[in-house]
Amino acid sequence: MLGSEPLSSETALLAALRSGDEDAFCALVDAYGAAMHRLARTFVRSSAVADEVVQEAWVGALRGLDRFEGRSALKTWLLRIVANIARTHAVREARAVPFSSLELAREASEYEPALPVERFQGPDEPHPQRWVSFPMPWSSEPGSALLSAETRKLIADTIAGLPDGQRLVISLRDVEGWDSAEVCSVLELSETNQRVLLHRARAKVRAVLESYLTTEAP
Amino acid sequence: MNTEYSCQEMVEVVTNYLDGALDTDEQQRFERHLSRCAGCNTYLYQIRETIRQTGMVLHEESLPPALREEIVAQFRHWKQG
Repeated sequence: MLGSEPLSSETALLAALRSGDEDAFCALVDAYGAAMHRLARTFVRSSAVADEVVQEAWVGALRGLDRFEGRSALKTWLLRIVANIARTHAVREARAVPFSSLELAREASEYEPALPVERFQGPDEPHPQRWVSFPMPWSSEPGSALLSAETRKLIADTIAGLPDGQRLVISLRDVEGWDSAEVCSVLELSETNQRVLLHRARAKVRAVLESYLTTEAP
Repeated sequence: MNTEYSCQEMVEVVTNYLDGALDTDEQQRFERHLSRCAGCNTYLYQIRETIRQTGMVLHEESLPPALREEIVAQFRHWKQG
């Protein structure tokens, strides 16, 4: 699920595109353009650069149209082009080769527990590895903070501050609603590394919600 | 081999559990622990709630019109070239 319904007949659409049918092109842009733009925005923080990435991606797609063999869905193919161009841009901006599958795998390989070890009893305590105290329940009653726009803002800000790999994966999985295979394919990540990054990102967002929701209101 | 999960381990396998990536034995251990641990139940609930809340973060539903225009202009250019 990449944000929009798949176009009914990709074969017919491709034929129309190759013959230069502008309506077919516009249908494609309207179906997947926003998802491509959001993906670019996830990679690069500047909205001007994201716009450039998307424009280049469409040029690349038009040029590569004859080579598109339909082995992946058209949508996945377009998103992979966006991801590749976004990586190139990031390199050009002289950042330390971020977003390469190698770099994301490295990020995933660093040890990082979901919760601080102090939340669990140590080896000399009565019940090693059990909770020191249970997480405090969150209220989901009407009018509670969980339903507020402020909570959404807090989540968005938390995601924006995550390391690249975690930010990309949680944005695609949980904000965009992609499934794990789609994320792995577009980011060129293994299932395992993808899941590790998602796991950490969710744990961090939960931790921020926890401190926000269980702090006494002034 | 059937060591039970500790709370600390539960917290680390929760994403695998939700993705259906645990094998049958691991999934049974996970659910067995869950059936008798209020703390891990709360944690799992909160992770689910985190995912639900994250899904409600707003995102742009359509391309900015100016960008769409430029993309369509590129197409016309490509068609001529």
